[in-house]
Amino acid sequence: MTIEPSARVDRVPPSGIRRFFELAEARDDVISLGVGEPDGSAPWAAREAAISALERGRTSYTANRGRADLREAIATDSGQRRAVRHDPDEEVLVTAGASEGIDLACRALVDPGDRVAIAQPTYVSYVPAVEFAGGEVCSVPTRPEDGFALTREALAAAGAETADHLLYCDPNNPTGARMTDDQLRGVAAFARDHDLTVLADEIYAELVYDGDHTSIASLPGMRDRTVVFDGFSKAYAMTGMRLGYALAPPEATTAMNRIHQYTMLSAPTTAQAAAIEALEHCDDATADARERYERRRNVLVARLDEMGIDCPRPRGAFYAFPEAPGGDAAAFAETLLEEAGVAVVPGDVFGLGGEGHLRVSYATGLDTLRTALDRLERFLDETW
Amino acid sequence: MTDRQRVLSILERDARATTAAIARQTDLSESAVETAITELEADGVIVGYRPVVDNDERETERVRAVVELDVRLDRETGYGDVADRIASFPEVAALRLVSGDYDLLLEVEGESMSEVSSFVSEKVARLSAVTNTVSHYVMDTHVEAGVVFDEPDDDDRRSVTP
Repeated sequence: MTIEPSARVDRVPPSGIRRFFELAEARDDVISLGVGEPDGSAPWAAREAAISALERGRTSYTANRGRADLREAIATDSGQRRAVRHDPDEEVLVTAGASEGIDLACRALVDPGDRVAIAQPTYVSYVPAVEFAGGEVCSVPTRPEDGFALTREALAAAGAETADHLLYCDPNNPTGARMTDDQLRGVAAFARDHDLTVLADEIYAELVYDGDHTSIASLPGMRDRTVVFDGFSKAYAMTGMRLGYALAPPEATTAMNRIHQYTMLSAPTTAQAAAIEALEHCDDATADARERYERRRNVLVARLDEMGIDCPRPRGAFYAFPEAPGGDAAAFAETLLEEAGVAVVPGDVFGLGGEGHLRVSYATGLDTLRTALDRLERFLDETW
Repeated sequence: MTDRQRVLSILERDARATTAAIARQTDLSESAVETAITELEADGVIVGYRPVVDNDERETERVRAVVELDVRLDRETGYGDVADRIASFPEVAALRLVSGDYDLLLEVEGESMSEVSSFVSEKVARLSAVTNTVSHYVMDTHVEAGVVFDEPDDDDRRSVTP
């Protein structure tokens, strides 16, 4: 016999990122602007806390929802940053990365046939997470004119009023877009008017430029219909430690924890030790990282502009989402990789509205970024 | 952060960053960057620009010692006076008044151990205000001016990730 995948899995295609990964890996002189994680390691204090936890033999499970002192620290930190308070015992769930939280929310809150509006282009895992859960995806393309930020008008144009849930990432991967407070209020009003629950991935909330981040959960009437996802991967460069959390009303975290307690038991114990230290003592590292990314963003945007490439100004995360010169993003990205040794990711990989654009990550040192931009400029002059 | 602070924070990482490069990174005009630098220099915030050198890698030998100095003050002599007398010697790389078991912490640099030790014994220890010296020769430097020496430059991230 052969083992066949379930129909549920079979109808979800493999990630489009994979092909570009293989093309880039096949060469050894590639400068990659295709990386979706911070450069550098977690702050030493956080790593040291993990080492020390191991030394002291802290290698058992924790409570399903995560260590109580970590949940307390998360609630305090988030309460300060988001201006909305979540109860550490009932409204915080520590997960193996924000990704696990998103999967849990989809499985715990989405019934088969429920419609989930997803703002696109966006992170590649949302559509599969909804489909694995049996939900129907309602794609909501965002527009370059809005800098790819989600708007109430985009929701209406996509027929999202009949949806049951809204899932988005803000600041967004791959566009670097972040809603203005006006846009956010419009989206919140839409969710209230049409009774949508909101699944808000705010994993990049600490990496924002040109003003502060506002969480949708802090707007009137939104806290009790919103699940917020956040974590340590981006702000503290801890991607491989796999640690995130969900903030939501008790009914939602209880439902999510029902799955989590059976399938994950608890988030990685070593990572939880690092996370407490990160929250308590590593704010400077995050502030440094934000400054570093902002400088690179400024350089990247200025250089693209000089090359005549149209690019909405990113307001968060570490991605820019410029137009692909010539319009065919996949062809451009492949030729750029082949001829100039620079890896970027074509925007269509990230869903509707991403076609004709490129995701350019600036999670790479300024010198490397400059070299990549020089190569891009030469490529545009001589080859493309 | 003020414009001056933003400019300073870039120069602290890379003192050779050009005005144009700083302007790009901060989104300021080049003339605003120049003004900020001129002010930082005029106000004595920036007092110099030096390379960070790994002495083990340079062509000629360079020896460095950290020297603890105990100082006896009197009615006419304060810490500042003692420091001024020591600071003027070209061998002095750094001199700080510190809290703790001794008073001044002196860093001396020379081309050989004998040059450094003769400077300490003949020039510094003989000052009437200096009552005791303890010299520590630097055997290996791991971090200088915030720069980690011999740091492995390994980016183990996968080249393309979501």
